[in-house]
Amino acid sequence: MCGINGIAALSMQANISERDVRSMLPPLQHRGPDGHGVYLDPGRRIGLGHTRLSIIDLAGGAQPMHNEDSSVWVTFNGEIFNYLELRADLIKHGHCFYTDSDTEVIVHAYEHYGDDFVQQLNGQFAIALWDEGRRRLLLVRDRAGILPLFYTRQGERLLFASEIKALLPQLTTAPHISPAALDQIFTFWAPRSPNTLFENIFEVSPGHMLTVENGCVRESRYWDWQFPEQGDYLAGSDGELGEQLYALLADATVIRLRADVPVGAYLSGGLDSSALVSLIRHHSAAPLKTFSIGFEQAALDESAFQQQMIDHLGVDNSRICCTNSDIAEHFPATIFHAETAILRTAPTPMRQLSGLVRASGYKVVLTGEGADETLGGYDLFKEAKIRQFWARQPQSEWRPLLLKALYPYLETSSTQAQSYLRNYYRIGLDKPEQPGFSHLTRWFTTAQCKVFFSQELNAALREEAAAGLTGRLPAAFGRWHPSNRAHYLEAKTLMGGYLLCSQGDRMLMANSVEGRFPFLDHRVIEFANRLNPRLKMRALNEKYLFKQAMKKHLPQQIIERHKQPYRAPDIPAFFSAQPPAYVDDLLSADKLKRYGYFDAPKVGLLLNKARRGSSLAYKDNMALVGVLSTQLCHYFFIEQFSRTIREADSPAFY
Amino acid sequence: MKNTIRDYILGNLLFTEDPSVLQDDDSFLTQGIIDSTGVLEIILFIEETFGIKVNDDEMLPTNLDSVNNLVDFVRSKQAVAA
Repeated sequence: MCGINGIAALSMQANISERDVRSMLPPLQHRGPDGHGVYLDPGRRIGLGHTRLSIIDLAGGAQPMHNEDSSVWVTFNGEIFNYLELRADLIKHGHCFYTDSDTEVIVHAYEHYGDDFVQQLNGQFAIALWDEGRRRLLLVRDRAGILPLFYTRQGERLLFASEIKALLPQLTTAPHISPAALDQIFTFWAPRSPNTLFENIFEVSPGHMLTVENGCVRESRYWDWQFPEQGDYLAGSDGELGEQLYALLADATVIRLRADVPVGAYLSGGLDSSALVSLIRHHSAAPLKTFSIGFEQAALDESAFQQQMIDHLGVDNSRICCTNSDIAEHFPATIFHAETAILRTAPTPMRQLSGLVRASGYKVVLTGEGADETLGGYDLFKEAKIRQFWARQPQSEWRPLLLKALYPYLETSSTQAQSYLRNYYRIGLDKPEQPGFSHLTRWFTTAQCKVFFSQELNAALREEAAAGLTGRLPAAFGRWHPSNRAHYLEAKTLMGGYLLCSQGDRMLMANSVEGRFPFLDHRVIEFANRLNPRLKMRALNEKYLFKQAMKKHLPQQIIERHKQPYRAPDIPAFFSAQPPAYVDDLLSADKLKRYGYFDAPKVGLLLNKARRGSSLAYKDNMALVGVLSTQLCHYFFIEQFSRTIREADSPAFY
Repeated sequence: MKNTIRDYILGNLLFTEDPSVLQDDDSFLTQGIIDSTGVLEIILFIEETFGIKVNDDEMLPTNLDSVNNLVDFVRSKQAVAA
């Protein structure tokens, strides 16, 4: 994996200088420590930059790279996993290659297929491609949103880069935090694509392409999550479909083992990573190294299940144990890399984990991320299903009791819990057809954290976040099965906006480690999306077909295990001991007032509660982490703007 | 007792000192004042503050879901204990 950046002229007045393009490289050093390169076209209409993490064709893969006559140039971050097949095909059609890299496939595929070249790619990518003849720039991002790509317009220039921090050296003033983005984060956990935390800085949305030509910037979608509208699901018995799924997953895994460096895997002890490790084991002869996180808090720790898989498959595993103080200490660096406000500390241990990978001499890991979104795993999907079922008979006494299966701690209070379940999960029950129905309880609970917004912030909000999202859904959305609507919303909010970036790419690349995601192979997504929803969730048995497909390769306890969501300690990380100085500083009434996003007296009351150790509610935990991370973003990218640019890749402060 | 409960709800669940935002009959659940875990905080608070023990079968919105409900519930528990 790598970092890419560049500047495109949007008018004849703008001239691109090599110095400006080079100024964007240092903040991307962590993404590509093995080399860098810059290309400037003779007319100075475009500058492309690249920082390289070398994984395929270590000797010949330097970028930016060009075609036979140097009329097409590309700077590329990611992997094209089917590059061997594509390369053979393009050679048959007469294209000449000067390297063995996957990057070169992109320029020739573009020559051959035009803008549709992207349909040929199986991989994870952020691509900037310059067509010298047409004076035209394409910015392309992979289908699921695994790799990041940001852009902003600065006068007559378009700046783009893998991370927002690489745009900063070319901005004349510090960016502003967007009130609408905060509203979205404090509802969905992430800004709604293409928004970022910052005003006037956008991302190329997953599955989208930006065309920059004649001074105009045009966005188009080349791929999206789609579901059957008429119930025309894939035909076949459970056994047949299970075999097809297994074959697809095996191939998705095998092509992700292609690399000229050794490849490892994350092992959480859950079903998805266990299945992945098993797939690797069965389809590769190479010795396998796995990496795991443990927690000092027993409720969060999955070590026993990890050990079960380690013994079962005979892999060589390394493990870190994450403590409260680790999280408190490393949280500022987490936010520096994530470049957004977040509501959970869970990304912080993921950065520690990628640090372990790197220290063990590995640059590439496969992860099980995406299986829940594609194959139907989350409790949220179960909750939505139960609520749909309940909405058909809202007066039913026993239908809401099914919710108890999801929240075992409520089980202890016997029949009384039902009153709470009924009241709490009733939200929107009178309108089960509304677009956000599946996510209403999560969005409603999360949005309670907005109670801490300052008056100024509230005054700046124009549109309620949830209404804004549901107003921009695909035309066919309402014709999809309710479960599939839930899948779509999950992929577009939490997965794309948080899991794959704040908790994924950024925490991996902070330590120059590339993650690969077999469950997000677009063939897997397309196959899963065409399955009858009851094959994903049968009654309340999640990932039903996936378990059927994997059961002969996994211990029964792993298959039958109740899903444990990955979580890290939130408030206890900061307040179980004396909080670090930056917490007191950034959450002081003075700093809260000065930055202006939050109501200082209210946050003061939350802090008192946190210090007393009496914050139990999810809401308090999300609010505190959200406030602290927003304050850190302001600190790094606005207050310390000049210093952040100067110190580029190594935030020594805080 | 009502003021103690109100102050607790305002300061710890609504994070404000403005008494006008809380009516004594407001439902904590439907107003979003607590989430599914927040009820545990309320139980902890009344147990510690009023020296009572909330049984599993008393964990009901009719006992715990508004200021007035809490006042009535705590009073009845104290009456039984006395």
